[in-house]
Amino acid sequence: MNHEHRQASTLVTTLLAIGLLPLAACTQQAGPDSSASTAADTAATSDAAANAAGAVKKTAWGEPDISGVFTESTLAPLERPKDLGNKEFYTAEEAAEHRKQGLTEALEVDDTEAGTQADVHYNMAQYGLVQTDTNTSLNLRTSIVTTPADGRIPPLTEAAVARRNARAAARKGHEFDGPENRSLTERCIVWPTTLPPILPRGYNSNLQIFQSPGYVVIQGEMGDPRIIRTDGKAPTTKLPQWNGTSVGHWEGNSFVIETTGFNKETAWRDSSENLRVTEKITRIDDDTLEYRFMVEDPSTWEQPWGGVYPLRKLDGILFEYACTEGNYGMRNILSSQRELEHEAAAKKPSR
Amino acid sequence: MKRSWLLTILWLAALPATAQPLTAMPRSADGHPDLSGVWQALNTANWNIEPHVADYPVVLKLGAQFAVPPGAGIVEGGEIPYLPAAREQRDENYAHRLDEDPEGKCYLGGVPRSTYMPYPFQIFQNVNDIVIAYQYATGFRRIFVDGTEEAPLDSWMGWSNGHWEGDTLVVEVTGLNGKTWLDRAGNFASENAKVTERYTPMGPNHLRYEATIEDPTVYSRPWTIQMPLYRIVDEDFRMLEFKCEPFAEEKIYGHLRKVPLEADKGAPQP
Repeated sequence: MNHEHRQASTLVTTLLAIGLLPLAACTQQAGPDSSASTAADTAATSDAAANAAGAVKKTAWGEPDISGVFTESTLAPLERPKDLGNKEFYTAEEAAEHRKQGLTEALEVDDTEAGTQADVHYNMAQYGLVQTDTNTSLNLRTSIVTTPADGRIPPLTEAAVARRNARAAARKGHEFDGPENRSLTERCIVWPTTLPPILPRGYNSNLQIFQSPGYVVIQGEMGDPRIIRTDGKAPTTKLPQWNGTSVGHWEGNSFVIETTGFNKETAWRDSSENLRVTEKITRIDDDTLEYRFMVEDPSTWEQPWGGVYPLRKLDGILFEYACTEGNYGMRNILSSQRELEHEAAAKKPSR
Repeated sequence: MKRSWLLTILWLAALPATAQPLTAMPRSADGHPDLSGVWQALNTANWNIEPHVADYPVVLKLGAQFAVPPGAGIVEGGEIPYLPAAREQRDENYAHRLDEDPEGKCYLGGVPRSTYMPYPFQIFQNVNDIVIAYQYATGFRRIFVDGTEEAPLDSWMGWSNGHWEGDTLVVEVTGLNGKTWLDRAGNFASENAKVTERYTPMGPNHLRYEATIEDPTVYSRPWTIQMPLYRIVDEDFRMLEFKCEPFAEEKIYGHLRKVPLEADKGAPQP
């Protein structure tokens, strides 16, 4: 996406080529961000963090300024490893060790078993698509999820499990029949990580926030532009939408977004059309926003859950994603399956 | 000063939409016209930007409700100044419009077509930046005001640098990939096109939209389209999603289904 990406990626590739395990590369990329993330992670509340940092930038019309191009990539995983229990933060030493381990694992991805899917997948590092060698914010958190306290997504309710099983049963044996049998992602309809709540993803983990009087527009690199009014007024006509309908308002220095009205088929993490997502975006300093979210849907999870992670400023410009225009994947998936069926039919012994 | 702006905005926001008819095009803090709002063209240019009489629908069975409505077109002088080979290409496109029009596949509309497709679009403007969100295919453009950004690669919506000339926002669009069409009749530009758009307020609720298209590989001279754009003034109007990918799947992938869809059975179920 920008020169920083390419340079970082080249650096890792070079170090790999000469046989060094590049912990140095990792610290070099993430270095300038460390103090900001630490401030965001340890502050008691968003407003306190913003005020402490003296970071209340304002737009020309007087609203807190949360605009810019940011990356969602961060070192914390969505869920906390079980063995960490309620431990919310690593120490700096633990974090360094953890990153080293992660990077080692990422590099080992190239060492794949012949004939497996992992083996034929292109090398993501060549395109700067590996999380560990692109712009990634340092994060001492052990997980993005902070509610509940164990950092784990609560179990699905029986109703949600039943919905998921019914969908899986309907799909079984028909996975390649036609485009509708494929995932919403493969169909270029929605990505589960660009919907509210926004979550880091493996690549193109970038977004732009644009502000004008009365509006905040969030454009994820792979997502649809989310047009969010700042007056808190829900639309009079409520219609289901793939991305839900978002309405925002300012609470102190934070922009709070409530999203409801999801399309039943969106089914984010097996949720129902009653999913409600609350997001809270707060500027922490010139380079960092804090992104908090809570999701609730009593028919899906036994309790509400949510988390927090930093959005780190990027110098780049988002480029058009144009998913369906280049969706050769769908064509190839369906045509290769038809070819396999054709071959199987030809081989069938005649009676 | 800042405070009075904030109060004005709060005051405007507090009024119901119907109680505040605009008497002049609003201006932004820097004195330029504020083009913010939801706009839409009201013409038949998406069917054919050249003058055209009413015509049969592309599939006869669709009947009169899907027939081509007539229109005087939006091209200054009426006819696009195609080079001979390009005119043949346009005629070829027209002949294959049912299969080849990128709109049928839910591909991004490009510039200028996105402006006069029969869907609203919303302009967001602040001092540094202007973005446009189009309802069709959830298209999106960022206009770099006073920018000199160069397109890193060609794209469907192109690369937009804008500047103000008096009350006119002038946007130079390059880096277009040439895969979009200009309408459903097969009119087109190539990847060499440069489109210069001009947005000028005509009153509180109208913009004059002009676009000059230069492409020496397709046309004998630059040519211009122009039309008014109308502000959507419906109470509580919000742009709804028009995510058209599902509607195009049968057209694009239908021949790759395990079992062909039965005719007239409606939309496929996943």
